[in-house]
Amino acid sequence: MMLASLKQKSTYAALGQQLKYSLYCIFHPADGFWCLTREKRASFASANILLIIYTIVMVLRLTATNFQFVFVNPEYFNAMFPIMQTILPIILWSISNWGFTTLMNGKGKLSDVYIATVYAFTPVIVCNAIGIVVSRVITYDEGALYFTMLTIAMIWSIMLVLVAMMQIHDYTMLKAIVSSLLAILGIGFMVFVFLLFFSLVSDAVMYFVSLYNEIIFRLY
Amino acid sequence: MKIKTIIVTALIFAFITALPAGAIGFGTGAGPSNYTYNYSFWGEEVAMPDTYYVAASIRGHDFSLEDEDGNLVSIGNFRNPQGLFISENRIYVCDTGNNRIVLIEYDEVTSTYELIRVVEYVTIRGVASPLNAPYGLFENRNGEIFIADTDNNRILRLDNDFNYINSIFKPDDSSFEENIEFLPCKLVVDHSNRLFVQARHINKGLMEFDLDGTFRGFMGASRVQVSIIDYFWKMIASDAQRDQMILFVPTEYNNVTLDHEGFVYTTLSTFSGSPFEADPVRRLNAVGTDILIRNGLFGFVEPAGDWWWSDLGGVSGPSQFVDVVVFENNSYICLDQRRGRLFAYDFQGNLLYVFGGRGNAQGRFQNPVALERMGSSLFVLDSRSASITRFNQTRYGWLISAAMDYYYHGLYDESAAMWDEVLKLNGNYDLAFIGKGRAALRNEQFLEAMRFYEAKYDQENYGKAFQLYRKQWIEENITMLLIVLALLYISIKVLGTVLKRRKKRKGNVS
Repeated sequence: MMLASLKQKSTYAALGQQLKYSLYCIFHPADGFWCLTREKRASFASANILLIIYTIVMVLRLTATNFQFVFVNPEYFNAMFPIMQTILPIILWSISNWGFTTLMNGKGKLSDVYIATVYAFTPVIVCNAIGIVVSRVITYDEGALYFTMLTIAMIWSIMLVLVAMMQIHDYTMLKAIVSSLLAILGIGFMVFVFLLFFSLVSDAVMYFVSLYNEIIFRLY
Repeated sequence: MKIKTIIVTALIFAFITALPAGAIGFGTGAGPSNYTYNYSFWGEEVAMPDTYYVAASIRGHDFSLEDEDGNLVSIGNFRNPQGLFISENRIYVCDTGNNRIVLIEYDEVTSTYELIRVVEYVTIRGVASPLNAPYGLFENRNGEIFIADTDNNRILRLDNDFNYINSIFKPDDSSFEENIEFLPCKLVVDHSNRLFVQARHINKGLMEFDLDGTFRGFMGASRVQVSIIDYFWKMIASDAQRDQMILFVPTEYNNVTLDHEGFVYTTLSTFSGSPFEADPVRRLNAVGTDILIRNGLFGFVEPAGDWWWSDLGGVSGPSQFVDVVVFENNSYICLDQRRGRLFAYDFQGNLLYVFGGRGNAQGRFQNPVALERMGSSLFVLDSRSASITRFNQTRYGWLISAAMDYYYHGLYDESAAMWDEVLKLNGNYDLAFIGKGRAALRNEQFLEAMRFYEAKYDQENYGKAFQLYRKQWIEENITMLLIVLALLYISIKVLGTVLKRRKKRKGNVS
C-alpha cells in the first residue's frame, strides 16, 4: 500500500504542501503548531524529510561555508559529528519531553512532539542555508552579520519549540517552560545512564576477554 | 576502562556542546638535539628546519690567568652563574657562586674567546670591597658598568675599567618597607640615565633610581587580577579563613632587559592561571605602561610560550620566561626556564619558532638563567652546567629574520622575496605564506593574496583582501551584473503574469 502511494502524484503534492507549511508555522506559531498535527498539516514523512534537510545543511555549514567563519580542520573533519549533533538532540528531546508530558497531562503523542520539534527548527535550517551563501560574499569584518543571523535563528527556533510544546500538549506558557526544563534534565539523565551502561558493558566485555586470554595462555 | 569512559564522555560532550573539533598536539620535547617547531593555526606542533645551531660552548675552566709567578692558572669553573651581559664583543659573566665577575672578549677574526679580567673586589677609597653573589650586570651607553652586588645589598656603579664611582643602597623611603632586605638582582640603565632595578621580594614593580643613587619610586607594577568568584569567597569568608587564603599581590618580575630603543622589557614567571592572560613578557614605556604589541595572527594566543604542555619528564606547568632578548626589528626571543626552550616572536607577537630543550646534549640546558645576544648569535647561560652556549643563525634562520627586517621597515616585496627563499627550505611555514600574501595585497593582486591567506587560514587578512577583490570585481562587472539583475526581474514578472493568467483560465474552465 505504501509502495503504491509512492507512485501517485498526489502523495508528492501533499508532501510538498506539508513541507511548505513549515514556513507558515514559523511566522504563525500559535496557530501553526495547533493545526500541525490536529489537522494533519504535517506528517511523519515530512518531518523526516525536514530533519534530513537539516542534517545536510548542518554538514554543509561546516564544509561549504567560507573558511573565514568556521573553524573546521579538514584533516580531522568527520561528517558523522555534525549529523549526530543534529539528530541526537532532537530524538533525545522528543523522547524525554514525551516522557515528562505524558505524566503532566500533555495531549501530544511522541510523533507529535517529534514532528513539532523538527518543524520548529525551520528558522535554523533556512538561516544556515542562507548563511552558507552569504558567507561567500561577505568579509571577515562583516562576520557580525553572519553570526547575528545564526544567533537570531537559534533563539527564534528555541522560542518556536516552546510555543510548539505549548500547543501540542495544550499547556500554558509556564507549564511549557517547566516541562521543557524537565525534559532537558531528562536528556542529561539519559546521557548519564547511557554512559554508565556503556562503561559497565565494556567492563563486562573486558572481563570475559581477559578470562579468555588467561585460559588461552594456560592452554598453550 | 577509565580512559574509554573519558573518551566517550568527551565525544558525547562534543556532540552536545557542538564545539568545533580542534586537534590538540602536545609538546613533549622528544626529538633531535635542536628540535625546532612552531604551531599551526590548529594548534598543532609543526616541525621545521633548525634556525640556530650550537656554535660554541664556553666554560670557566677554558680560561686561565697569570698568577704572581707568571704561571697560567685556570680560573676554575663557574659556580652557579646567574647573570650574563653582552656589549659589542664583551661578555660579562656574573659568576655568582664564586663571587666574581668574569669578562671575556670574543675575537671575531680568530673566532676565539679571550679572558680579559676577573673582578673579585672593587676598590672603594683604597679599601678592597669584595663582591658577594652578584646576580646582574649592565653596561650603559657611556661605558659605565653597574653591578647588582646582591648579597651586599648594594649596586655598584663603576667606570669602564671597573673603577668605583658610587654605590646605590637600600632607599630610605616610606614606600620601601623597612623590614624587607634590599636584594637587587637585575638592572638596566635606560637612555635617559634612569636605573631600573629588579630586586628580590619586591612586587611593586621595578625600582627606579637616579645614577647618583636617589630613589625615584617604583615603576611598572603589574595589576592585581582578582576574579569575581575569588572576590565573592573573600567577601563571605571569616577573618580566620581569610588569613588562610592566598594573598592577591601583584606578581614579581624576574628579569629586566633594555632594547635598542631604550624601552625596558620585563619577564615574570609567578602567575596563577593561564599564562596567556598573565602577559609574562612586557615592554614598558617611560611611565611603566605595557606597550608590547600583541597582534598575533592567533589573537587568542599571546606571547607566553608553549600552547600545550604535558607533565612528562619531571616538568609540569606552563612555560616560565626568565629572560628576553630584543633584536633591532623588535623581534624578541624569550627563554623558558622550565623546559629550556627559546621562543622567538616577531614584532607583532607572532610565534616565529621554538627550539632548545632540557638535557645534557649540546644545545640543551639543565637550568638556563640568562639569555643575551651578540649580533644575531644567542648566548644562553646555564647555571647548573655552569656554561654558556652560543647559538649561531642558520641560513634558514637568517632568511626568516631578514624577511622580518624588511617587513618591519615596510619593504613588502623584498620581504616576499625572502619568504620565497624560506619556502624553498620549508614549504610548510605559515608566516611565509602570509608574508607573501601581504606583498601580493600591496601589489593589488587580490586573488593571489586571498590564495596565500586561505592556504594558512589567515581569516582576518583574507577578509581584507576579499573586500578589495569584491570591490574590484563589482566595478569591473557592473554592466553584466545590472543586465542579469534586469533580466531576472523581467523574467519573474513575466512568469508571474503567465501563471496568474493560466490559473484564471483554469478557474474559468472549472
